[in-house]
Amino acid sequence: MLEAILLTVITAATPLVIAALGELVTERSGVLNLGVEGMMIMGAVSAFAATQITGSPYIGVLAGIAAGGAFSLLFGFLTLTLVANQVATGLALTILGLGLSGQLGESFVGQPGIKLQPIVVPLLSDIPFMGRLLFQQDLIFYLSIALVVGINWFLFKSRTGLKMRAIGDNHASAHALGINVIRTRYLAVMFGGACAGLAGAQLSLVYTPQWVENMTAGRGWIALALVVFASWRPLRLLAGGYLFGAVSIGQLHAQAFGIGIPSQVLSALPYVATIVVLIIISHNRRTTLINTPASLGKPFVPER
Amino acid sequence: MKKMIIALAATAALLGGFASGVQAQDKTKVCFIYVGSKTDGGWSQAHDIGRQALQEHFGDKIETPILENVPEGPDAERAIERMARSGCGMVFTTSFGFMDATVKVAEKFPDIKFEHATGFKSAENLATYNARFYEGRYIQGQIAAKMSKKGVAGYIASFPIPEVVMGINAFILGAQSVNPDFELKVVWANTWFDPGKEADAAKALIDQGVDILTQHTDTTAPMQVAAERGILAFGQASDMIAAGPNTQLTAIVDTWAAYYIKRVQAHLDGNWKSEQIWDGLKDGILTMAPYTNMPDDVKAMAEETEAKIKSGELHPFTGPVKKQDGTEWLAEGQKADDGTLLGMNFYVEGVDDTLPQ
Repeated sequence: MLEAILLTVITAATPLVIAALGELVTERSGVLNLGVEGMMIMGAVSAFAATQITGSPYIGVLAGIAAGGAFSLLFGFLTLTLVANQVATGLALTILGLGLSGQLGESFVGQPGIKLQPIVVPLLSDIPFMGRLLFQQDLIFYLSIALVVGINWFLFKSRTGLKMRAIGDNHASAHALGINVIRTRYLAVMFGGACAGLAGAQLSLVYTPQWVENMTAGRGWIALALVVFASWRPLRLLAGGYLFGAVSIGQLHAQAFGIGIPSQVLSALPYVATIVVLIIISHNRRTTLINTPASLGKPFVPER
Repeated sequence: MKKMIIALAATAALLGGFASGVQAQDKTKVCFIYVGSKTDGGWSQAHDIGRQALQEHFGDKIETPILENVPEGPDAERAIERMARSGCGMVFTTSFGFMDATVKVAEKFPDIKFEHATGFKSAENLATYNARFYEGRYIQGQIAAKMSKKGVAGYIASFPIPEVVMGINAFILGAQSVNPDFELKVVWANTWFDPGKEADAAKALIDQGVDILTQHTDTTAPMQVAAERGILAFGQASDMIAAGPNTQLTAIVDTWAAYYIKRVQAHLDGNWKSEQIWDGLKDGILTMAPYTNMPDDVKAMAEETEAKIKSGELHPFTGPVKKQDGTEWLAEGQKADDGTLLGMNFYVEGVDDTLPQ
């Protein structure tokens, strides 16, 4: 039973973790992109469409990543090159993504999807309990873990990561030091978009292998909240994403089991639990301040 | 975005109407407003299929513009008013949550005929229409009791409104008529539409040991999970057989076409009246998808029950029925009245859940 529950938790948490990680990198570079939901749904529809056309969910995964990345370029162009307001542009990206994906996906509605099959890791998958949970998963789950580890290393152990954080904290100084602010931010925005697209692909290829309009159902917004509550730290984000997933699934089991707590209270639990725990782990104001990118959302116009 | 395009088109049409002096009124406009997308595979799609049949029936005589993905809430009123202003002769608002918005807009446009699905507020120019979905749920309950090996089914519910509670009660009463010890586990998803969450609810129920699923949410995700896990399930609002060819036992299919044609005909003939319609299987406003993936005797039983409900011989809510707390609700042979059903806020005996209040 526990194994079955945990498997469901992994499926529910993976898209949140991936989308939030992408946004974390974007925000660490000082750009606030509220268009996660829009990029995610574009990823979902593109992944599904490419899979249906080619018959290969792996091409679907690539299509999802590409679609999210390409869609984020639109945001990058508007906010970085044209210096449009990031909040407004991000919101517009979400609205545009939801509408556009509906239009693009119209002919794919109701088609039975092709599920991305698990990759069984030899030997490791034979470990009792953990093997089944962690080493008989699909490609996207493995990618999500690799991304957490990789991004954590990149941000805090690599020179490029340090430069990127410097831009996020003070773009004027970074610029004065000769770091290319705009180029780095473009890359960070595109990375965020690609991650959101991958998260969308997970939705339409693994979570529920089908395409329906608005199928992200607000997950992009949850991912955005996770970034803030995790105080821009990848490992905390992983913990937060899994906690949210665990409580979401746990409350459904509690209902099915019949424990007699009103379902509205249970439905609110994932949000409450995640907020409480992340507040506790980030209660130290000083470290929170250190982690918050200081020029987040501020426009940058390079001086000559 | 699509909403915006339609809005722009509507505005353009309106301006065009002024410019050309409203002589383009030879075509009657019959407008539809959906809460979801017209291809959601469930509720809104069923309405759109009705609309298409309507358009086909009347051909060039009418136009049937739609507005989809209209959220329930403050936006709904604006959306309905926009439709009304665009020259609609009739407006169908097809979700329970559009009720108050429709009432308000109907007051402002006394010459337009409004029809609201599943609500209970009406006016001189506002009719309501609904289907007795519980009749189909009762049949599903009977099938579930026959087909379940473990004697326990799972029910993915949306919101604790009378419509949904009524469905749960009808299902368990049908099941108990076959197997008095039948159990029903209920999970509230607290959403009409979230494929991921609906799938999670389905998985949770299956992991808790149910071997038949039924749903009162809008997407085919639960059907898909049931298919993957190799259990049986019922479709909702539209025939979901494509999502589970070896899984779907039957589905309650909303078939609004005949009703829409009848009402638009009345409007065209000039004898439309505000009515409160609550039709059932016998009127064809809901139909059962083909009985599949079950042995012949179960199919025969389902067909017999369906025939009995149609003929009026069987009413799913006939006593003796006790409430969940054990007190008597319906005495032997007593039938539930429509008022009680439409305001239903209690479970009958046998439901393994606490009703959210």
